[in-house]
Amino acid sequence: MASSNGKKAVMAVTGAVMVGFLVLHMLGNLKIFLGRESFNDYAHALRTLLEPIAPYRSVLTILEIILVVSVVLHMWAAISLARRAKQARPVKYVAKKSQAGGYATHIMRWGGLTIALYVVWHLLDLTFGVVNPKGFDSAPADRMIAGFDPSRWWVTLIYLVAVVLVGLHLRHGVWSAFQTLGWANRARYKALRATASLLSAVLVVGFLAPPLAITFGVVK
Amino acid sequence: MNLTLKVWRQSGPTDAGRMVTYKVEDVSPDMSFLEMLDVLNERLIIEGDDPVAFDHDCREGICGMCGMVINGVAHGEQRATTTCQLHMRHFEDGATITIEPWRAAPFPVVKDLVVDRSAFDRIIQAGGFVSVPAGSAPDAHSVPVRKEDADSAFDAATCIGCGACVAACPNGSASLFTAAKITHLSLLPQGQPERLTRAKAMVDQMDAEGFGGCTNTGECTAVCPKGIPLDTIARMNSDYLQANKK
Repeated sequence: MASSNGKKAVMAVTGAVMVGFLVLHMLGNLKIFLGRESFNDYAHALRTLLEPIAPYRSVLTILEIILVVSVVLHMWAAISLARRAKQARPVKYVAKKSQAGGYATHIMRWGGLTIALYVVWHLLDLTFGVVNPKGFDSAPADRMIAGFDPSRWWVTLIYLVAVVLVGLHLRHGVWSAFQTLGWANRARYKALRATASLLSAVLVVGFLAPPLAITFGVVK
Repeated sequence: MNLTLKVWRQSGPTDAGRMVTYKVEDVSPDMSFLEMLDVLNERLIIEGDDPVAFDHDCREGICGMCGMVINGVAHGEQRATTTCQLHMRHFEDGATITIEPWRAAPFPVVKDLVVDRSAFDRIIQAGGFVSVPAGSAPDAHSVPVRKEDADSAFDAATCIGCGACVAACPNGSASLFTAAKITHLSLLPQGQPERLTRAKAMVDQMDAEGFGGCTNTGECTAVCPKGIPLDTIARMNSDYLQANKK
């Protein structure tokens, strides 16, 4: 795990965990379109998963721990690889012209940092309610709808930028994970890149639909 | 053609180095890039200056000795072409051309555009070989090899070890070079017994030399004069991860 290839494998596996989470998170968010009740029931169900076999909120807590560990390991690997890359090129080029990759590939590190900052805001807003008008002791759907109120259009804007960055991050990240784990080859590249783009697009649309619908008054 | 060159000059490993501007006149479009530099150097020698040092050998695009970053691109913007096979007809008359050495900590500058690429030799020494009885050539077809494998192995084996992949990589990674060397052996029956130990030894040596990690940007394969494909790196990763499971 200490080698550069080992760290890349850590990034790929933890990235996969986070993508899995994003897909479920997005599907959950879409419940808001079925009404406040449906969304609140879903939020409650997350806490009572496997009850009565498992105590209240135990499964969710385990999932949260897995997620936090993934985020920490992903960032640890990214930071140490970025440091290594910096040390590998102490003298910069006077002229440097990119020949490949495209935009998404070259903003992985800054994109990741921006997403991390956004996640902090997001947790303060909708999870802990610290920066949310409804506060912590309110129904999840109330927090969500109040949070994206038209008067708070700038919050929606933050989400818009962040979610698009997540999409760009995954466009490179998803196929890259397959390459890192050694499951890619030239016959699969086209399909892998197409899958990565499609998955990113679905997540961007799925995550932006609720906040935009609330801000523009479609969901009340 | 008349050109303005901005060339990296560095008198030795400990010199800080700087970009120096030269005018080169009456360049023929049929000259190779290195011949254009020869013209500059002849003039510098006559004027009593130090000629620009650069690596070169076969000047046929097969040895891997030459290489410099031209206008921000390793071996210049012409695809799948070594610097020696790049011709001046691809440049505009009156153009300004920036010329820099490969930039990577494991490739220290020896002088001007010459860098020390011994790090590559040490990666090969770590495992880029097969331990088989050498002797006389075996009978053809005594060991069957699938056509697809033979083709892929040969694609990888065309690597001339010039170092353009490292120069182009934003992380200064030697993954494409190491992967090419691993792939051309690991696809053939002769390379099987040492497949996993080889991958581990070579990748660990690559790390020890101080090269960066791969972020799959594809910059390497885009500038590779031999067009070594990116999936060699996936094969290397697969062999390396398997080796570490054992």
